[in-house]
This record gives sequence, C-alpha cells and structure tokens, in this order.
Amino acid sequence: MDIYLLEAVINGLLLGGVLALLALGLNLIFGVIDVVWIAYADLVMCGMYAVYWLHLWGWPLTAACAAAVAAVAVLGLLVHVLIIAPVLRAAPINQLLATGGLLFFLQSFATLLFGTDFRNIGVRLPIIELGEIYISFARLLAFGFALVGAVALYVFLKRTYLGVAIRAISQDREIMGLMGVDQRRIYLVTSAIGGALAGLGGCLLVLQYDVHPFIGNTFGPLIFMICVLGGLGNMIGGFIASFIISQIISIGGYYYSTEWAYVLAFTLFIVLMFIRPRGILAR
Amino acid sequence: MLSLAAVSAGYGSFRALFEVSLEVAAGEAVGVIGPNGAGKTTMMRVISGIVPLVAGAMTFDGKSLAGLSAHRIVERGIAHVPENRRLFPRLTVEDNLRIGAFIAPARARIAERMAWVYDLFPRLKERREQLAGTLSGGEQQMCAIGRALMSGPKLLLMDEPSAGLAPLVVQQVFDLVRRIRAEGLTVLIVEQNVQQVLDVVDRAYLLEVGRIRLAGSSAELKDNDLIRRSYMGL
Repeated sequence: MDIYLLEAVINGLLLGGVLALLALGLNLIFGVIDVVWIAYADLVMCGMYAVYWLHLWGWPLTAACAAAVAAVAVLGLLVHVLIIAPVLRAAPINQLLATGGLLFFLQSFATLLFGTDFRNIGVRLPIIELGEIYISFARLLAFGFALVGAVALYVFLKRTYLGVAIRAISQDREIMGLMGVDQRRIYLVTSAIGGALAGLGGCLLVLQYDVHPFIGNTFGPLIFMICVLGGLGNMIGGFIASFIISQIISIGGYYYSTEWAYVLAFTLFIVLMFIRPRGILAR
Repeated sequence: MLSLAAVSAGYGSFRALFEVSLEVAAGEAVGVIGPNGAGKTTMMRVISGIVPLVAGAMTFDGKSLAGLSAHRIVERGIAHVPENRRLFPRLTVEDNLRIGAFIAPARARIAERMAWVYDLFPRLKERREQLAGTLSGGEQQMCAIGRALMSGPKLLLMDEPSAGLAPLVVQQVFDLVRRIRAEGLTVLIVEQNVQQVLDVVDRAYLLEVGRIRLAGSSAELKDNDLIRRSYMGL
C-alpha cells in the first residue's frame, strides 16, 4: 500500500476524532434542548483564544487548557441563560436567528479584541516517525483526548441519574416533571457540558491551527454537515459521520487538493441527504 | 391526604375544570369516572403540576400544592402514571425505573425500591435489559406503574391504566391496582372502565363536562341509575 495514502488515512482518522467530539457536543445540545447552536464552532474559537492568551501569559499548557474548558463551559451556561432560555418556546426560525446572531457577535467581538491576525500558540510538539510514516504528535494527542472526552460523556450518560434524564428528555419532554426532574436544570447541565466539549475542542485545535476570529467558519459548517449526516441529535450517527467526512477530506486532499476534497465531501453530503434525509442511521 | 377545593383550570382561554372539589383520605382508593373529554386527565395534570391551577385550593398533607412545579410535587410524595403510559421507549426497562427514582430521597433507596418493584412485577425483572418500547401493552403498564413507585410516593395517581389494552390484560391491570393498594399506597384512579374500577375503589366521583356530578361509595354508585344507564350499559 502506498505509504502516503496510509498517512492520509491516519491523518483522517485523527481529524475525525476531534470532529466527532464537537459533533457530540452539538448533538447533545440539540437532542436535549431541541435548539441548534449555530455559533457552536465560535465557542471553540473562544476556547482556542483562551488557551492562546493564558499560555502567552506564562500559564503551563495543561493549566491553560483546564481553565479554557471551564471558561467555555461557563460560556455555554451563559449562552443558554441569556440567549436560548428567552426563545425556548419561540418558533425554530427565531432560535436559529438568535444563535446565528451570537455567531456574528462572537466573531466581531473577537475581531475587536484581538484583531484579525492569525495567532500561533508556538508550542512545537514532536513529529513521530513510524517507519516511513510521519504522524504529528499534536494530532495524536488531540485524537486521544477527543476519545477520552467521548468516553467520559458516554459513561456520564449511561451511569448517572442526570445522564439517564438527558437521554430520556428527547423522548418525552413533557413528562420529565412527573419523574421529579427539573427540566431547567437538565438544560443548564447540558449547556455546560456542550460548552466544555467545545472548550476541549478548542484546546485540541489550537495545538494544530492558528487561531483567528473566523476560525469557526472553517469547522462550523463541517460539524453541522456531520451532525445532519448522522441524523441531528443522533450521537452514534454523528460519531460515525465524523470519520466518514474526515476520511473523504483527508484522502481526497491526498489525491487532489484539500479544496476539492471539501467539494467532494459536500457533494456526497447532498447526495446522501436525498437518499437518507434523516441521517445515515435513520430508523 | 389530598384535597381539592373549588379547583378550576384549563388550557389558555379554554376552561376544562369548573370548581372541582374532591378528597382522598390516606389509605383510600378513589376513582374518578366520566366520559371522554370530561376533564379527568386535566384534573390529574393539575394535581401533579403540569397544568396550572386557575382558581381554588389544592392541598396535600395539609400543605398547599398551588404554584409548585411538577418536580416539586413529586418530592412531596405524589407520583403520576400518565395516560398512555408514556414510557421512554428507547430506554431499557431498568433505565425507565431508574429515572423514576430521580429525586434525591429516592436515589438513596434505589436498590431496595428496585427490588420491591421487581418483586411486585417479576415480568419486569425478566425484561429489565429490554427497551421499554418493545414491551407488550400490559408489560408497559407494569413498567409505568413501577416507574411511578420508584419515587416512593404516598399517593399514586393513575390515569386510565386500562386504556388501549386487551380485555384479558385489562383484568390484570386491575389486579395490579389491588396489589398496589395492598402495599398500603393511597390511589386516585381515573377510568372509563366504570364497572371494573368500581370493584377496586372505595369511593368514586363522576366528572362530567368539567364538573363533579356525583360522589359516593362504590356500592352506592353501582346502584345509581344514572351510572348504571350511562356508564355501565345496564
């Protein structure tokens, strides 16, 4: 087998891990609260800036990452309390407009604060050589932490009372109160977890990419496409779709160019939407 | 134990209940019968806090329930088996039971309660890993009742437990109600199956177009001409 192709497959797998983590966060929020956070990737951008600045101010990378995850979790809470909660019973289009407005707000605010410079955190992680294959340690690390995040979420959803309530709420919203569950509390916890996952995504991406106010536009559409492809709210579907899309981008990028690979991915997406409009794992 | 005094409620501008008064004493089983659309389900939903009270007073163990949200009412000791069971179809039987024990005092005693529910309904124990949506109608009703029992209620509200079930299964459901009474729970049950519900309750109310029309012991109601003619087909 062509070792460059193998390298592309491995890179696709590693990219898929991070995309899967972000798709999980977005799907979790959609599944529980029934609102699509259009600005989700911009929370990732906030996380990236948080790590970047804290690290620049001399914080150790691990502390900066931990603080960024916590900060974006709080940001997730604020998004729910300030933006989602007031439009919770409004028409879906109004909810989309509200979170879409948040996207422009966050991007403009970041531009105002930090300018449009591309900033690199400047942490040089080694390149691993496996025979003739080169793998970036930053990507490997990102993949590992993304999987840890996904497994932690899975365990939380399976083993805890809040987790069971989160899985239940999308199946029957109205009767949650009869179970003694305070719906508002579930929404808050979910928003914080969604924020924390975005923050973790930011930590993992800032090690691989320059941060700038519009970086969310690079990942945002991709994450939405993945979630819709897997079936909005379907976490397993989103997880699988992440790896399909990342492989197309990575292998397509190897044979043609990254731009063409995106064209290919979105074309496949449109075709699949005609064949399986409710997602690849639709029941 | 539970007391409704001149309770009115509805949905938006639509009024479904007009000055309904009702009492349930500790240890009793009380039925509410009446035709479709009489407001029986609304009344249950008002008691458990899903539908807001518009006027009147509602107390449980002497304390007002007015204005409490549904999850607080569960904490006070009222569990509601909703109309059409409303299980979480894509959760396992055991997860459905687990979510019934969401409130803190119930979590502390979950192992004991789960054993109790499995003891009451051995069929649920056999099916505990199965998704609730794949259970038969009768098993789903057991699961819905079991889920409500997990919160450790003093009062169990049951909304049309026999609806949509085959005649033989209906009989089993009423047997379940008897067993729950035997466990010492107080039960308020809404039913259209008048003949059978009057066999398991001590007293009953007849609700028609949002008002209490009649009240009495089951023996009295079984002899009442209106009930016999309109609801028992005799």
